[in-house]
Amino acid sequence: MKFGVVVFPGSNCDDDMIHVLGSVLGAEVEKLWHKDTQFEGYTPEDCIVLPGGFSYGDYLRAGAIARYSPIMQAVISFANQGGKVIGICNGFQILCESGLLPGALVRNEHHKFISKNVCLRVETTDSLVTSGYQKGQIIKMPIAHAEGRYVTNEGGLAVLQKNDQVLFRYSTPEGALFSENGSTDNIAGICNKERNVFGMMPHPERASEAILGNTDGLALFQSLYKGELQAT
Amino acid sequence: MQETEQAVDFEVAAKLGLTRDEFDKICSIMGRTPNFTEVSIFSVMWSEHCSYKNSIKYLKTLPRDGGRLLVAAGEENAGLMDIGDGEACAFKIESHNHPSALEPYQGAATGVGGIHRDIFTMGARPIAALNSLRFGDPNHPHMRHLIKGVVSGIGDYGNCLGVPTVGGEVYFDPSYQQNILVNAMSVGVVKIGETISACADGPGNPVFIVGSATGRDGIHGATFASADLTEDSAEDLPAVQVGDPFQEKLLLEASLEIIKTGAVVGMQDMGAAGITCSTSEMSAKSGTGMTINLDLVPTRQINMHAWEILLSESQERMLVVVKKGREKEIQAIFDKWDLECSEIGEVTDTGRIEFYQHGELVADVPANPLVLGGGAPVYDREFVRPKYMDDIKSINAPAVDDEALISIAKKIITSPNIASKKWVYEQYDHTVRTGNTNTIDPSDATIVRLKDSEKSLAVTVDCNSAYVHADPYKGTLIAVSEAARNIRCSGGFPLGVTNCLNFGNPYNPEVYYQFVNAIKGMGEACRKYNTPVTGGNVSFYNQSVIKDRTEPVFPTPTIGMVGLVEKKEHGTTLSFKSDGDHILLIGPSPTNIDGSLYVREILGHRLTPCPEFDLEVEYSLHETITTLITKALIAGAHDISEGGLFVSLMESAMAGNKGFDVSLPAHVSKNMYLFSESQSRLVISVRNEKLTAVEAILAEQALPFVRLGFVGGSSSCIDGIDFGAISNWAARYQNALSAILEQE
Repeated sequence: MKFGVVVFPGSNCDDDMIHVLGSVLGAEVEKLWHKDTQFEGYTPEDCIVLPGGFSYGDYLRAGAIARYSPIMQAVISFANQGGKVIGICNGFQILCESGLLPGALVRNEHHKFISKNVCLRVETTDSLVTSGYQKGQIIKMPIAHAEGRYVTNEGGLAVLQKNDQVLFRYSTPEGALFSENGSTDNIAGICNKERNVFGMMPHPERASEAILGNTDGLALFQSLYKGELQAT
Repeated sequence: MQETEQAVDFEVAAKLGLTRDEFDKICSIMGRTPNFTEVSIFSVMWSEHCSYKNSIKYLKTLPRDGGRLLVAAGEENAGLMDIGDGEACAFKIESHNHPSALEPYQGAATGVGGIHRDIFTMGARPIAALNSLRFGDPNHPHMRHLIKGVVSGIGDYGNCLGVPTVGGEVYFDPSYQQNILVNAMSVGVVKIGETISACADGPGNPVFIVGSATGRDGIHGATFASADLTEDSAEDLPAVQVGDPFQEKLLLEASLEIIKTGAVVGMQDMGAAGITCSTSEMSAKSGTGMTINLDLVPTRQINMHAWEILLSESQERMLVVVKKGREKEIQAIFDKWDLECSEIGEVTDTGRIEFYQHGELVADVPANPLVLGGGAPVYDREFVRPKYMDDIKSINAPAVDDEALISIAKKIITSPNIASKKWVYEQYDHTVRTGNTNTIDPSDATIVRLKDSEKSLAVTVDCNSAYVHADPYKGTLIAVSEAARNIRCSGGFPLGVTNCLNFGNPYNPEVYYQFVNAIKGMGEACRKYNTPVTGGNVSFYNQSVIKDRTEPVFPTPTIGMVGLVEKKEHGTTLSFKSDGDHILLIGPSPTNIDGSLYVREILGHRLTPCPEFDLEVEYSLHETITTLITKALIAGAHDISEGGLFVSLMESAMAGNKGFDVSLPAHVSKNMYLFSESQSRLVISVRNEKLTAVEAILAEQALPFVRLGFVGGSSSCIDGIDFGAISNWAARYQNALSAILEQE
């Protein structure tokens, strides 16, 4: 299995992601360039990563321009064929803008950029990115975003809940749900109905090494890399 | 020459900020009266901001070589230190005070953009940003507007660029009420041998302008930065530039990529005085000249005058000299990053900068006389000991009962100068690039790990300007020492210093006294610590004219320091770690409360002396803490600075979410001992089994120390007095500043 990390103009978490996937996890990983219309040699076993950053400056609405970049057509068809795609932060925004994930990410409730370590409650273990955790487990990860408030309407939320698509919710260290940025139902990360496309605002790649004082994000990459749901 | 250009006489030159002598000197250099474009060029290049004319004489007394310095101060855009294994660290701090006072968001944002460009035009990738911010009273609505603007400006720019803001300081003092200070620092890493110089070697080589188009923004910014801020300064708004961090991100990636081709001769960012400064400095450095066709410069507006194009400080632009014949390689990379890149001229051997527009030579000036170290003026101003220094008096700590003691402690922990700055730093991305190791457990300096290496950098900015105001010499010795102490407590040793010298009007002899003595203190401390001053910037004219009264800011020689942590395991944090750990205070016992926040803010005496300080004792403390850390003998270390021992204990307790029980030495005044800011002191925590070894080393070093007590529980107790739960203190500490800034 290999990883392809898409570099958009303004991506700034691409190197961090490659470091974790390559040096920490030991996986095969390469950069993909936004101007390419296709990427070759990838099977549905492999995974495309849309990293964090400010694609095209995000001066309009986060991810709104990146979804039109040449490589996104290839990412969409890869996902439609069952290929794995994960978007972190700006990558999550791009996945919502491109319709690969439902809902939208809008400006934080308090209109300020928020950069801090937050607690997340693992809401399901039935996904390739959460099967390494326990359901209800509280993990810590940094967030760093101005447009991270996940919104969806009532119907949309019901679908997410019915299909067990909510991966993470913001919580207190004790596990009570907590409104970090005003997200609908405190949602921090979701997957699609088919469970091959994943998006989240928190940064697991910033929480995967002991030197950083936090390895809570590593299990996410490990289970994704193994590519199978583990018994929990 | 253009018809619209006005005739030049001294009156015109004076309006551009030049003196009679300077104008005469220009005429003599030129051998004729310069035209308007030419005199404009001289006016910006000889402005304080570009020429350092009132400071260079003293700056040259600072240690500018030695240690691990690879590039001497002033030689390149930023200083460069050897960090081993074939790598070097480039770092620099710069002010953006005047723009931020008028337009806080853009002023601060472009300050961040400018300092990062200085780093990456050398070929280094910025890995950390820091800043030092000084504001007036945060309870004042206009000040809150400035604070919010500055913080979001710094945040939005750095966050988009993807360089983490890992450290800094925020101070509040009435002296900054009309003239806030915004100092931004960038730290980058580069392989030795892959740096690029700001030079223009090789006549015949093409000259490119890269990045944003040139507009009318920021014209005369350098001149504006070199004058007093007045009530009319808002009319100078066009002198404030507008930033585009996305453009900067593209420039950063493209710049590092073109350097790898080997086709680049030299590169310089366009900061103050735009095209004028970059063309003349690069030419002067190489002893060459340039011809530049201004018609080829992409502009944002039509019909821009030559002088407007030359003086524009539009952001996110760079001048690049390329090896002739290899232009296509460079252009391909800029195309890849969708950046505009135009060949606008070539290097010559004339030593002159010749600017053409519409087929005519619009300015023809010699490069060397324009620049610092060339023909730019150098002045020595008179100085006199400020009168207010006569009124500085020491006072004794008043006798207080236990209840009053707790009440004072609460006031201190909630002072905006002590309370948590999380309202500020939570708007800065401090985790991107996964280098910052202190986002969960802080250290006195921030430890930034280097990937695929055993090493980390420890970075800090420090200056207690109240100390410097009380005694410019001793106060600056302390500023440098505190920075070095912070790096030592974090497990590193100091490598070098970059300084940002924020002072009032240099023509005021009392201000100049502060400047001269601050430099003297800085030089002495830097020589002691073997930390050369690699560069930085001087910002004079930080004061406000209110009616007839001139109020200079507190003299603020901000010290940016970079240190090296040689092994990851040396990294040391300030938190209390485990119940039962011993708490020790190392360093001389305090005897007074001079200079403390307690005297200034609680007792209300503004004119209090600088705290006690001895450079030799300080240095011995540094060596000792390094020994203790490298022998893996201590659990945590935190220096004692603003707010004294009490704040130091409480910060360690809050960071570790641990309580403490300590006893002060017998017969000391409790409030003096708890709140004194007497220097050269640290609090360390030590596991029981390592106590003997620690005390043996302290005894050997002849450093005074006392066992204060133990880490444990969830509450704080001092001399048997119950100070209450740590969680309550944390709530006070965390919320105090947010509550002030979020009020309507």
